[in-house]
Amino acid sequence: MSDPKTFFLDEEEIPFEEGQTIIQAALTAGKYIPHLCYHPEFKPHGSCKLCTVRIDSRTVTTEDGQSVKIPGRAAASCTTPAQAGQHVESEVPEILDLRRTLVQMLLVEGNHYCPSCEKSGKCLLQGLAYDLGVMDPHFPQYFSKREVDASHPDILLDLNRCILCELCVRASAEVDKKNVFAISGRGNTKHLICNSESGELGDTNLAATDKAANVCPVGVILHKRHGFEVPYGQRRFDKAPISDNPVQYAPVKEQV
Amino acid sequence: MNAPLPKRKLKVATTSLAGCFGCHMSFLDIDERILDLVELVEFDRSPITDIKHCSPDCDLGIIEGGVCNAENVHVLHEFRKNCKILIAMGACAINGGLPAQRNSLDIRDILAAVYAQPGRGVHIPNDPEIPLLLNEVHPLHEVVKIDYFLPGCPPSGDAIWKFLTDLLAGRTPTLGHGLIHYD
Ligand code: SF4
Ligand code: SF4
Ligand code: FES
Repeated sequence: MSDPKTFFLDEEEIPFEEGQTIIQAALTAGKYIPHLCYHPEFKPHGSCKLCTVRIDSRTVTTEDGQSVKIPGRAAASCTTPAQAGQHVESEVPEILDLRRTLVQMLLVEGNHYCPSCEKSGKCLLQGLAYDLGVMDPHFPQYFSKREVDASHPDILLDLNRCILCELCVRASAEVDKKNVFAISGRGNTKHLICNSESGELGDTNLAATDKAANVCPVGVILHKRHGFEVPYGQRRFDKAPISDNPVQYAPVKEQV
Repeated sequence: MNAPLPKRKLKVATTSLAGCFGCHMSFLDIDERILDLVELVEFDRSPITDIKHCSPDCDLGIIEGGVCNAENVHVLHEFRKNCKILIAMGACAINGGLPAQRNSLDIRDILAAVYAQPGRGVHIPNDPEIPLLLNEVHPLHEVVKIDYFLPGCPPSGDAIWKFLTDLLAGRTPTLGHGLIHYD
């Protein structure tokens, strides 16, 4: 084995293997970096931007002896390769503010009425918002008006909560090999569609046991006849904040 | 409690707009701590007092519910005008809440379905005494400036207590793990 390579995450030395991204190395070392669209079993996607970090900020001394911080570049840690000696800032006020804003944008973009959402308490978007201390929406609501698709016997789609992470798209194409889902449209009309002639989920060959039916981090792809099964107080993020667990997806087995 | 005692009691007004009174019930869930609270504050216009309008010198306005009709808009403006600090309490005040689920439907269709169906009545109530509904439900901050937001549906009594004691002590209110909830 050659010399182990390391970089610094908030001043802490993190080992990595050649080819690993910053988030992969951090999560392997047990260090949490917020993420929604990154999933250890899939290629990085880079859409949610929650994993943004700052790389190689420098402090310089000006002629009159003042210390000035020159911020390094902001980058998505899920798509940026780790490099030896790199200095990465994650849990710093400026990056936390940015993440708060991103979560607020996602929350107003959809109809996130958590009080009636079956995913409440184990939703990654909600868990992240709690952890970042998001108290207000800041932006005006978008009030999306997409139809709920209840055509499938076992699975229900509430497309008003979709964060366009494409995990279901990737899972269906790469794992289930069924290509049930796709993303269509541009700009703020971009939305999730089902690849059937009618456009309805019921006319696809999605099965409740498919990876694609169990990977959604928020309350879009839901299992019919399963909801509100875990008592308030015992749900995932009632018990521990999202940052307690470096990898968000792997340990959670969704009910089928 | 280590909140510095104010020179005079702070005046607190509260109201429910398109709310369910659940946030007020949760407020009462602070239980006997309300006795500590009334050492520090006096209640102005509120569903728990008989005062009809806000005094012009209210310190705190606490509002549950979003904005769903014309009267809500008037009351919200009265609060903004008379209260130094305005707090949006609960999911409805913050993002419209579950009542905002009506925003995907046409308001005329909703009213017709409820009031003008065979067996349910003959027409949509049209007396000018009745405030007109807005086309959509809105969170408070889309109508007036809101200073603080207290999430939850409803926020727990403990969350409300933490929030108010932070505020009364001059701290920016924060709810840590277990107290911050959107549901
Ligand atoms: S998907 Fe998550 S954030 Fe959205 S309503 Fe459901 S629990 Fe809340
Ligand atoms: S449905 Fe769920 S998994 Fe699919 S893109 Fe939307 S949020 Fe992601
Ligand atoms: S986790 Fe990196 S952009 Fe979503």
